[in-house]
Amino acid sequence: MSAPVVLSEAEVKEVSASPAPTSWKITTASLSKDLWLEWRSKDAINSMIFFALLVVVIFSFSFDPTAEESRQIVGGLIWVSFLFAAIVALNQTWAREIRNQVLDAYRVSPAPPNALFLSKALGNFLFVTVLEAVMAPLFMIFYNLKVLGPAYLLLLIAALGTWALVVNGTFFAAISLRTRSREVMLPLILFPISIPALLAMVEATKIVLTGESAAKFWIVLLAVYDLVFTVVCLTLFETVLNAE
Amino acid sequence: MIGAESQVNSPSSALAGSAPPAVVLTGLTKQFGRFAALRNVTAEFVAGKLYAVLGENGAGKSTMLRAIAGLLQPTHGKVTVLGANSVREVCDQLGYMAHPSLLYDEMSGLENLRYFGRLYGIEDDQRCKDAIVMVGLDPALTRPVGQYSQGMRQRMSLARALQHDPTLLLLDEPFSNVDVASARGMVQLLGRMRDGGKTIFVVTHQARLLADLADEFVWMHAGNINSRVPTLDLEAVQ
Amino acid sequence: MKSPVLIAVVVVVLALLAFGLYQALVVAPTEQTMGDVQRIFYYHVPSAWTAFLLFFINLIASIWYLIGRSGDADALAVASAEVGVVFCTVVLITGPIWARPVWGIWWTWDVRLTSTLVLWLIYVSYLMLRRFSTGGQTPLLAAVLAVFGFAVVPFVYLSIRFFRTQHPQPVIGGGGSLDPAMWHAVLWNWLAFLAFAGLLCWLRYNLERKQRGIEETLALEALI
Repeated sequence: MSAPVVLSEAEVKEVSASPAPTSWKITTASLSKDLWLEWRSKDAINSMIFFALLVVVIFSFSFDPTAEESRQIVGGLIWVSFLFAAIVALNQTWAREIRNQVLDAYRVSPAPPNALFLSKALGNFLFVTVLEAVMAPLFMIFYNLKVLGPAYLLLLIAALGTWALVVNGTFFAAISLRTRSREVMLPLILFPISIPALLAMVEATKIVLTGESAAKFWIVLLAVYDLVFTVVCLTLFETVLNAE
Repeated sequence: MIGAESQVNSPSSALAGSAPPAVVLTGLTKQFGRFAALRNVTAEFVAGKLYAVLGENGAGKSTMLRAIAGLLQPTHGKVTVLGANSVREVCDQLGYMAHPSLLYDEMSGLENLRYFGRLYGIEDDQRCKDAIVMVGLDPALTRPVGQYSQGMRQRMSLARALQHDPTLLLLDEPFSNVDVASARGMVQLLGRMRDGGKTIFVVTHQARLLADLADEFVWMHAGNINSRVPTLDLEAVQ
Repeated sequence: MKSPVLIAVVVVVLALLAFGLYQALVVAPTEQTMGDVQRIFYYHVPSAWTAFLLFFINLIASIWYLIGRSGDADALAVASAEVGVVFCTVVLITGPIWARPVWGIWWTWDVRLTSTLVLWLIYVSYLMLRRFSTGGQTPLLAAVLAVFGFAVVPFVYLSIRFFRTQHPQPVIGGGGSLDPAMWHAVLWNWLAFLAFAGLLCWLRYNLERKQRGIEETLALEALI
């Protein structure tokens, strides 16, 4: 039986020269896909928020401070609980791409690797931001807090601090994909690198809550940290994505 | 009419001598820890043909396909695809179908293709739908791919691999666990695409399906190409 | 590996270590306020310098690997990181032994101590990653992590320094001028430690390369 030489219409049609996809378009396509899938399942966000809630409650049992003391320590409590909860989301970052080896489909396409990285990092940023928006009021209530410094700075600190955690977290989640017991590996490699950022977030938050001094140094440090590590991540992501 | 068309579309028939090879492997070796999946493979594959890559498990078939697709870096040696030294330069002309589906289980077929189309700069829904129709599925199906039967999933996976109209198709076990009717449909589609001038590699255990169609049977054994024959020895495959 | 060269090198290194010990325990004068416990300084400081140097070599080897994908570069990266972690551990153990009698506390969150501790954590995580990663991508992932580890060092130092300046702590001893005999002991010991670290690295590097060679041969032979 010789193969029929009848071409279907779809094959005959002129190969339309598709314009090279721009990074940003692919980032938004991938991000909107992730957000939409998350919206349908709500797996990551639910587990993350519940986990953070558990941490807050356990911390409340462990520490019973007065309002004055709590201002001193709550910066640490908030960020440590966010960090733990963020790990839950970060570990799921690539889960969907690994199932059915979908990542290979991305790798054989002409789409730039950094577009994928940015979409994942932005997605995690949004998830953790939602988490913070839900959890921060709870901290205020449980620890009976009043902000004595300029409160708007907390938003800036939260944004910079969250990015510091998720940009490296997204990257290291991609690294730990290639390891045994990957869910354990992520915090092991992420925490040491995040120590200065965490210190900056905690100190800046404490300073704003107590209104004692200016948090400028810590905010600048955090901003530079974000900048440096965003550049490092974008420089090295292609290498990690193509590691087999 | 038929002859003229195949001459225009298929460089393999009339212009076989002058056509540049689609894939050239030079001393290709791939080592995974203590295991060498490919051992010094050197081969040239002319464009416009359908190659059936056969061999037992662990012979290096999938590894060779992945090396051609640029999914893994050779330990030694070189892969030249469509004249380019870096697969990355020509990756928009490459279609790759792996053993897993490379599709998101949670999304419908069209949603999947829409997303993957974007990666190739395809923003036209019609092209995604055409690709789905081509493999014999219904674009209007809203069921998530995770609930497809294996045959449907493999066909959708094929649609993903060819929706951007690649000139080189690399298919890893496209017929595994696919019902006979679906498999025959896919085979016919591959034949038409080959006659349209595309170069196709099919790694398969079901060699009989391609007995009449493939231009060459590439037998692999222990990480190397054993023999390349134009016809399938039906005795050799049980 | 049992070459005469190696034996000669081992002898020289042992002699240097012995001479360093002699310098530290006998030649160097006893410190007036701290007493003999100060002599641990002759091991503490050279270990720290050696560890930092090894971590720097690890960075260079990692970048070399990222650029050239050379197996030798990765072997050097493994060797320097492992030996570096050993010396860094020595620093972290000798520090508190000295601090306890002198400061009255085992540990203080001083900038140098804390930075060293964080550095140690980073390189231990580096070794963990090497241990846990599967397949042939270990060198690559490790090299990438090494770049991150190095990029974070200035942030660690700055953040802890600023953190500490707000909380007064016991002043570190050893500031100001050091007796020339003490300097001699420090430098001799540093030389000895460098030679010792160099020897360890060299052995580890050769071991790693041999192992790779064997694996490659086995891999090719496994399939005839």
